[in-house]
Amino acid sequence: MAGPDVAWYVATAAVLFGIGALGVLIRRNTLVVLLSLELMLNAGNLALIALSRHWHNGAGQIFALAVMAVAASEVCVGLGLVVALNRRNLSLDVDTLSELKG
Amino acid sequence: MSGVVVASAGNALVWVVWVVAAFSCVGSAVAVISFSNPFFSALALIGNLGSLAVMYLLLSAEFVAAAQVLVYAGAVVVMFLFVIAYVGPRRETPWSGGPSWQTFGAVLAAGALLVEIVVAVGMQASGSLKHDGHVGATFGTPSWIGRVFLVDHLLAFEITSVVLLIAAVGGVILGSHTKRATV
Repeated sequence: MAGPDVAWYVATAAVLFGIGALGVLIRRNTLVVLLSLELMLNAGNLALIALSRHWHNGAGQIFALAVMAVAASEVCVGLGLVVALNRRNLSLDVDTLSELKG
Repeated sequence: MSGVVVASAGNALVWVVWVVAAFSCVGSAVAVISFSNPFFSALALIGNLGSLAVMYLLLSAEFVAAAQVLVYAGAVVVMFLFVIAYVGPRRETPWSGGPSWQTFGAVLAAGALLVEIVVAVGMQASGSLKHDGHVGATFGTPSWIGRVFLVDHLLAFEITSVVLLIAAVGGVILGSHTKRATV
């Protein structure tokens, strides 16, 4: 492969991670916080795959696939929580969900 | 001579594809955290995942790119869209109302995190990320991934499947809880 160095991909991943972290910090809606979390996980995946190719090591790609499975699990549980909150007519604002009471 | 021309043309093409993918990736990520309607945020995430899949293809990770599109755009985002439609529209305008101290602190914290990542990566690997290594033709193909996954990393594969099973059971239990609301 010609084209950009691995450093460019890692820089893109860093920017993507920063945007995801900003989304987690500034947004109040639980669903958008989960979406921003996906952005952060994808940034990690991009860095893993770029460095996997750079070092000719397949473990990075395997780890990226495992991260995808963990992200799917996290979405499963997180959206289950959102549905449970909605069923109890609770707000989805993360600032008001400060107590872990049933 | 013609080989050099073809190689440089291919190089320029890879650069063009990378620039388009990187800018659409960052732009759609900004869109995800900026839309007031979570439905549009989820739709912007599809664009982000698609441009990331293009970058995975540039990094010769064909199987991961296909799995990305299937698992994320096919399953995760569709689940998000279903839940957003089920919960109903809950708008929130992220950048309105002037800069509050919370937004200011969040931007500062995210910027500090970004600077920290760049400094850490630059100090650890500034010299070794320059040259571009060449990989074999089988790198990233499904058969190669399958061999590496099921021979070298079988324990990780099994643990991943158990984690997915537990998450599915947890999602069902959370979703089927029928205790009366007390609020």
